[in-house]
Amino acid sequence: MSNHPDQQPSQQAMEAAFRESLVTGASRAVKHESGEKHVTGEAQYVDDHLQFPNQLHIQARLSEHAHARILRIDTAPCRAMPGVAAVMTAADVPGKLDIGPVFEGDPLLADDRVEYVGQPVLAVAADTAEQARAAADAAIIEYEPLDPVLDLGEALDNAHYVLEPHQQQRGDADAALASAPYRIDGELRIGGQEHFYLEGQATTVVPTEDGGMLVHSSTQNPTEIQKLVGEVLGVDMNAVTVDTRRMGGGFGGKETQAAAPACLAALAARLTGRPARMRLSRADDGMMTGKRHPFLARYDIGFDAKGRFHGVAIDLAANCGYSPDLSGAIVDRAMFHIDNAYYLGEARIRGYRCKTNTASNTAFRGFGGPQGMVVIEEIIDRIARHLDLDPLEVRRRNYYAGPDRNVTHYHQVVEEAIIADMTDDLAASADYAARRREIAAFNAGSEILKRGLALTPVKFGISFTTTFLNQAGALIHVYTDGSIHLNHGGTEMGQGLNTKVQQIVAEVFQVETDRIRITATNTDKVPNTSPTAASSGADLNGMAARNAAETIRQRLVEFAAGHFRVTPEEVVFRNGHVRIRDEHMTFEALIRLAYLSRISLSSTGYYRTPKIYYDRDKAAGRPFLYYAHGVACSEVLVDTLTGEYRILRADILHDVGQSLNPAIDIGQIEGGFAQGVGWLTTEELVWNAQGRLMTAGPATYKVPAVSDMPEAFHVRLVESRKNPEQTVFRSKAVGEPPLMLGISVWAAIKDAVASIGDYRVHPRMDAPATPERVLWAIESVRPPADGDARTTFEPGDSREVEDMPG
Amino acid sequence: MIRFLLNDELRHEDDLDPNLTVLRYLREQRGKTGTKEGCASGDCGACTVVLAEPHAGRLRYRAINACITPVAALHGKQLISVEDLKQGEALHPVQRAMADMHGSQCGFCTPGFVMSMFALSKNTEQYHREEALEALAGNLCRCTGYRPILDATAAAMQQIKHTDGPVDAFDRQADETLERLRTIAADDGSLSKRDHQGYLPTTLDEVTDCLAANPTARLVAGATDLALEITQQHQALPTLIHLDRVEALQTITEGDGFLDIGAAAPLTDCYDALATAFPDFGELLGRFASTQIRNRATLGGNIATASPIGDTPPLLIALGATVRLRSANGYRDLALEDFFLDYRKTDLRTGELIERVFIPLESKRRLFAYKVSKRIEDDISAVCGAFAIRLGDDGRRVDEARIAFGGMAATPARARACETALQGAPITQASLETACAALDGDFTPISDFRASREYRQRVACNLLRRVFIRIAEPRQAVMVSDYE
Repeated sequence: MSNHPDQQPSQQAMEAAFRESLVTGASRAVKHESGEKHVTGEAQYVDDHLQFPNQLHIQARLSEHAHARILRIDTAPCRAMPGVAAVMTAADVPGKLDIGPVFEGDPLLADDRVEYVGQPVLAVAADTAEQARAAADAAIIEYEPLDPVLDLGEALDNAHYVLEPHQQQRGDADAALASAPYRIDGELRIGGQEHFYLEGQATTVVPTEDGGMLVHSSTQNPTEIQKLVGEVLGVDMNAVTVDTRRMGGGFGGKETQAAAPACLAALAARLTGRPARMRLSRADDGMMTGKRHPFLARYDIGFDAKGRFHGVAIDLAANCGYSPDLSGAIVDRAMFHIDNAYYLGEARIRGYRCKTNTASNTAFRGFGGPQGMVVIEEIIDRIARHLDLDPLEVRRRNYYAGPDRNVTHYHQVVEEAIIADMTDDLAASADYAARRREIAAFNAGSEILKRGLALTPVKFGISFTTTFLNQAGALIHVYTDGSIHLNHGGTEMGQGLNTKVQQIVAEVFQVETDRIRITATNTDKVPNTSPTAASSGADLNGMAARNAAETIRQRLVEFAAGHFRVTPEEVVFRNGHVRIRDEHMTFEALIRLAYLSRISLSSTGYYRTPKIYYDRDKAAGRPFLYYAHGVACSEVLVDTLTGEYRILRADILHDVGQSLNPAIDIGQIEGGFAQGVGWLTTEELVWNAQGRLMTAGPATYKVPAVSDMPEAFHVRLVESRKNPEQTVFRSKAVGEPPLMLGISVWAAIKDAVASIGDYRVHPRMDAPATPERVLWAIESVRPPADGDARTTFEPGDSREVEDMPG
Repeated sequence: MIRFLLNDELRHEDDLDPNLTVLRYLREQRGKTGTKEGCASGDCGACTVVLAEPHAGRLRYRAINACITPVAALHGKQLISVEDLKQGEALHPVQRAMADMHGSQCGFCTPGFVMSMFALSKNTEQYHREEALEALAGNLCRCTGYRPILDATAAAMQQIKHTDGPVDAFDRQADETLERLRTIAADDGSLSKRDHQGYLPTTLDEVTDCLAANPTARLVAGATDLALEITQQHQALPTLIHLDRVEALQTITEGDGFLDIGAAAPLTDCYDALATAFPDFGELLGRFASTQIRNRATLGGNIATASPIGDTPPLLIALGATVRLRSANGYRDLALEDFFLDYRKTDLRTGELIERVFIPLESKRRLFAYKVSKRIEDDISAVCGAFAIRLGDDGRRVDEARIAFGGMAATPARARACETALQGAPITQASLETACAALDGDFTPISDFRASREYRQRVACNLLRRVFIRIAEPRQAVMVSDYE
């Protein structure tokens, strides 16, 4: 390198610059670091990487049965097909067959039995994707069909579990229920949700020396892929490198579900010595991979004339699919969020992890929390109808409030009670009371169309409830030209994590983000990473990166103090410059000087979340460092002839502490709301009687489109509200909490339906609220008309599903 | 050989499989990986590219789904993909707005959105929210909630509107491009690779001759349904006859008392004629799949594919449409309702194609048509009801009703008992109840993942109820789209 000192700007110019603030530091609305690459198509995803000339393509052959014993697999016909390099069955795995993330139960390839339609039985590696598919189809597999369990209720009633039940309790729920002035019980079914990340699961594996593998994977969890590839191949973790530049969406669907393609490709690479690629077609992805857990809730609630809870007993049963995957923690989180923002009184909550012969359900934004919250919001609506109160009033009366009503059913104290203020704020800005009156008047005069309004809160616990996952690492190099290379253990899936972490490091060094390059997340750079999940990406990795940056800055301060004979306090970094007592120099000049003086310009950083613990045996502790909050007020219009609906307006107020990036945070809030709305409205997973998912692609599974969003859509952040906990720049996590703002739309639809029964009858409506379910809910509250037999129609529960290709 | 402009580069391709899609051509053969595959079924829009072609002396730009468009469709056109918009270091205004206004998060859908926005900006001068919604309805985004994308669209359109002179290289080179395309367009095209053959005839006689010579060939118009056999069912279609260069199949005229629509005219081109004559037909076309699909899909294709849940057949049957079926031996005209024999089975004989669709125009008749689906945009009907009603002079009595439904039977079909019940019936609650009872007996629909049979049956009646309200109380809002 050249060590010629560059021309420095004049002291005057540097002094002027020093007085200015950074444009791209923390709390600024910095654009997504890949935004310009996204819009030009230059941003590379795994499947866009240059192909190797001898690269293989992998196609799995999926089970046609929901439950069957495998009698015989004949792969001779596959091997005879053109272009085939390897045919892989369970017998070909040199190391460990099971790739379950926490508990065993997920064979990479089916061993002696298949447990869902879509389970990979064998895989073929061939020169082209078409050859691989044709060869996989050519295999002969003989099955002996076994009876599948497909219904969640049936699994629950027969104690057919993947893991044992768990219980949380506070006080004596039975006594409180027995003595409560009012008591209701009931049941609610909540549908699952397909992630529908736009980029399907994809991986490329390149064999390296010594039996090692370089794995490019679209994964939220590089370290786990590293571990599982190592285990499947029977090599140490240090032989496997996993590299993830970006994902085309994850939403939890690439936390554990990216592992199978990566391991299959690694296996092919091992068997052939050739690079191998596996990209799931949308249809295969839909069949093979797990989704959000469908839930069944049964509740027994005691309350008083004001609508306040006295005692609650709620059983939450999750359809986990065929294996545990992450269902232990997911059902725990559903239980942790059964209270949402409400003090439950004496409470007993039980969680059941039911086994069915469907794909193994997995992490999905909210991780069980949304399902728990839907249940309590349903209960609140029912109480309101029972007592003829405005549901918002019942919500307010049950909010946590200190000090007598601030302990959760898992014994964590709710220290920050801001949801009531936020509710008042939003109710005012959204004009809730006046609109409530105006809507009632409209509904009284409108025979066919009915409007509905609902304001619902979100309180969401932040931290992995698996405590050890709350740690992160980062690595920073400052090069001699003053440019900065940054890596951390989190992955970028669109949520803007890299942008936020760049801003954090920019803030510490006081340089603009264009000087900081974040390259692919790589297990070589930062080891033993936790998945980018639980909304924790910025909280954990941002803090680790900040620590790494502060380590280097501290070295620079100490060096400069010694070199220029000033006190450390006299060395101040600001806006690309450093002031040393009264003299200014550029950041890069100080870096060059430090290098020449043999100061280390590279550091790792590390962070672990303080304060948190959870004693699962006692079902008590402080699993969350803090809570993030939001409130949403939605208005819908419902057609009572068809059950079709439209969102007319949505107002949101959300708490992100001191925002790291308001533009990104608002993007997360709006996107989370949309995804929550989709989950509870048009996104319906339907299996046929044989256990085949009939809605595995976008032709049949309907995520929200552009017109499904309200034209009037007002999103605000809570202002001037720092996180009371010592988080990175006092920000709060934002990934998952906004999803549950979508519950307001579901509640608003029920409100519109309830208007038909003069708001006195609670409509029973399971989620998602497809137009069909809305129509049946309407029928259920409509007063019976004389001589019209059809108004007493009851929809059948057991819906027979037949193929109707279209 | 087919010839086309890949952006501004003239390509002669003579070694392409006619089964190859534009998406795979771009990504695998040209190394242009900016265009993404999200679903390979035309449902998500991540693969959106734009085709430009000469039309009425100008270049016409249309967004299409590259994932289900066969490469033969490129012949004589300019293919523009996301990489082509940036000029040197300067982003195109639609790209600039998307990047500056936080319109991308994971970025995977973004190239598709950018191309839909680009096409919109070439097709309209002014930003109208409704137009933007229509242009973007076929692009799914799972991250943003769409608000910033709409804002970026509005901002880009504003900026383009206030730009003096050419907005981009496409404008600057428009005359040259037009000239180059005119030269190519005169050529005949064809494709063959191994035992796969693709023909691109330009006259109807060539089509019928080609079909006579290749009786097992598949006819391709927009390929929006046919291509799914390639991309979803992974089948090879050995012989394809492409109809999109046969001008005679694309004409749309108003004859003496009827509309005469060429079977291979894209739905986008059919919109004006149909929406003018039958406003509800226009409403339905606005919800027919997406802009990208409508730019390729045709009326003839929607009929020939014979789906029980195709969008247009119920309307066409209610309107008494006939189809002209052409072969090398001549033609025959057939009422559309007689064309559908059973589930996905039609009366089309070997060597025949659907040439034209004739739709009677009767000023005293009004078409009411409603599609009910889980999602408003880009979804397939659970039930689609079409009611062509002629009222008596007092407007209070039904003189004639032709009613057809999709989603209620194995084919699109008339509700004959209901029609009979309505014959001469006054617009009253009593006749509605009678007609609904008759309608209940007309069909025994199935339950599937779109809806249960009970829902289909109930909604069919309620759509008739909606028609009655529409007639009796035209000012009452009865649909969620009515409400302002």
